[in-house]
Amino acid sequence: MTVTTSPPQQTITKTVAGKTVTLTPEQADTFGRELDALKERVIADLGERDTTYIRRVIKAQRALEVGGRALLFGGIFPPFWLAGTAMLGVSKILDNMEIGHNIMHGQYDWTGDPALSGKKFEWDTACPADQWRHSHNYMHHTYTNIVGMDRDVGYGILRMSEDQKWRPYFLGNPVYAFLLMVLFQYGVALHELETERIRAGEITIADKREILDGIWRKTKRQTLKDYVAFPLLAGPFAPFVFAGNMTANLMRNVWSYMIIFCGHFPEDVQEFSIEETKAESRGQWYFRQVLGSANLTGGKLFHILSGNLSFQIEHHLFPDVPAHRHAEIAPEVQEICRRYGIPYNTGSLPRQFATVVRKIVRLALPSRLTDRAPVGDAVSAAV
Amino acid sequence: MFTQTLTQRVLRSPLVDLLTGPHGVDRYTELVDPTWTAGDARAKVIAVRRQTSRSVTLTLAPNQAFTGFRAGQHINLTVDIDGRRRTRPYSPASAEGAPYIELTIGRHDGGLVSNYLYEHARPGMIVGLDSVGGDFTLPDVRPRRILFVSGGSGITPVMSMLRTMRAEGSDREIAFIHYARSTEEACYRDELDAMPGVRVLHGFTRSTAGSDLAGRFGPEHLTAALPEPDAVFVCGPPALVEAVREYCANVSSESFVPPLFDLPAEASGGRVSFTDSGAELVDDGRPLLEQAEAAGLTPESGCRMGICHSCTRRKTRGAVKNLITGAVSSAEQEDVQICVSVPVGDVDIAL
Repeated sequence: MTVTTSPPQQTITKTVAGKTVTLTPEQADTFGRELDALKERVIADLGERDTTYIRRVIKAQRALEVGGRALLFGGIFPPFWLAGTAMLGVSKILDNMEIGHNIMHGQYDWTGDPALSGKKFEWDTACPADQWRHSHNYMHHTYTNIVGMDRDVGYGILRMSEDQKWRPYFLGNPVYAFLLMVLFQYGVALHELETERIRAGEITIADKREILDGIWRKTKRQTLKDYVAFPLLAGPFAPFVFAGNMTANLMRNVWSYMIIFCGHFPEDVQEFSIEETKAESRGQWYFRQVLGSANLTGGKLFHILSGNLSFQIEHHLFPDVPAHRHAEIAPEVQEICRRYGIPYNTGSLPRQFATVVRKIVRLALPSRLTDRAPVGDAVSAAV
Repeated sequence: MFTQTLTQRVLRSPLVDLLTGPHGVDRYTELVDPTWTAGDARAKVIAVRRQTSRSVTLTLAPNQAFTGFRAGQHINLTVDIDGRRRTRPYSPASAEGAPYIELTIGRHDGGLVSNYLYEHARPGMIVGLDSVGGDFTLPDVRPRRILFVSGGSGITPVMSMLRTMRAEGSDREIAFIHYARSTEEACYRDELDAMPGVRVLHGFTRSTAGSDLAGRFGPEHLTAALPEPDAVFVCGPPALVEAVREYCANVSSESFVPPLFDLPAEASGGRVSFTDSGAELVDDGRPLLEQAEAAGLTPESGCRMGICHSCTRRKTRGAVKNLITGAVSSAEQEDVQICVSVPVGDVDIAL
């Protein structure tokens, strides 16, 4: 990608919350080298601590899952149902976020353990892991926030950027966003289908035959497991197990949706054009990752449950560094950014998510109607 | 036995596979006991002894997933060291079909796994039995007059052959020459000396006290042990194998040679094999991904800058250097990112 092409690099200028942020090619190079050095230091330090950590999280997840499913068999008693559902929900959140997402990034490939292998791991959600690895690890992480290239900008369903042309379809933006939240695992599963290109007539459904087969195979097994096999095993208590599994899936859907939407959609997070990023250097790629991501503040448990995606900036700078290390390096990343005058977007979940909801609603309307309320005002109003 | 089979059948049933999907039942049972796996062959160390000051002998109880080995073959043993899984081939010394596997591992300078096991192996430790391989085995019809020759830690596969034949109640004429640096470093000495029906000769090459033979392998050693044997099985340093081949016919051999390589200034000029596709080429110094593509292959890839791990492939032999970190992966069987890795000499990639 960009590292191999070499037209002359340019100074990049962005306006973030009314302030101008500039980075010359020379600054970008030293900025990049500082971040490279930081990454090398962490990589050199990887060892038993990291392997032990992820294995402990896996053990906790599997225990919560087995315990939760067992309690749900006694789900006729409300305390059992509530505890079982909560345990299963948390287990699915851990499986998808701190374990699945991070292992599939190759964060633990260095361990050589096949159970921690980025290429082999499969997660407890409808989306097939190999499709995710392509659309997320490669497309989204390489072309982060480049409108027209990063399909995570609106997922082909929503209008999440001013640079996406408004169409009457987008009047339903808040409704689509709500449905996506509730059905998030299926939304993620359908991501690689590129339905927006099918709708636009660029490709046909036949071109996506293999993708569709993969989605169907995985979704079928997940559905059979949660909504047929486990309920049937409970005999007369099947409805309790069914309802518990559905609620657990919903918990995971809503939680992961909130965390993920807070990664790139809060106010002041920057988008980029294909033109802007054509001749990008490694340092400029880092610059885009910082400006295109936003962090969440919280406690240790919150960070684990978010899969450490609460350190979205660090995650985007170093997607293959074990995510539990992000908290340790965040102060240093912040300090480096401060020296280069690069804003570092962070805030609490309620605050960041409020700006996301505001953006979803605002972008439902054509830009000429919302131009009267510029971005900066919207933020101060939200705070 | 019935309950064991029943458990196995239940654990391998499609229903259990669905219920424990997508991870599979082993990922749950292993959390109760790491050896409770139906798919992954593993073993528990049940005894550790140090026969000599330079070796450690482990007795392993393999789980049900282990399908056995033939005398003379090696097992790829995996051990976690500082959070990283390391794999090394070791030839068991125990007889084929014995309930426990016995490994005698000689420590050598800079040997990561051998030194780790020498220092840290303890009963209760879990090791992986990754795969079994090797053609250094006894023919099904055992030859009439057999000579076994071993040097140093090369004793283990021939010990396994000898023990296997003895367990069969073999009536064959057997002689065994073992070379060690000194009497203190000779493994299995007491067992060999007490073994009836086998002519055992020791050659000590540094401290010669107690040696049955003088110097290196030659015609005199052969005459003393078993002249004109029908088959010879030799395992040890390359020089020993060569000497045996010079004086004997029908020789089967195995030799362990530690890999040596120099860091390249530019292209290593090594031979690159993409083993799955059968393509071979000479290293031109570019990342392996580019060289594979230049050879007409289309391996999966993504960012081409070492972040997305789409291109990760198993390196089965040789060494590569990561251009981003500068780290050299020299161990066999390691996953490498081919978009940012260049060969360091000859290398095999599963691609």
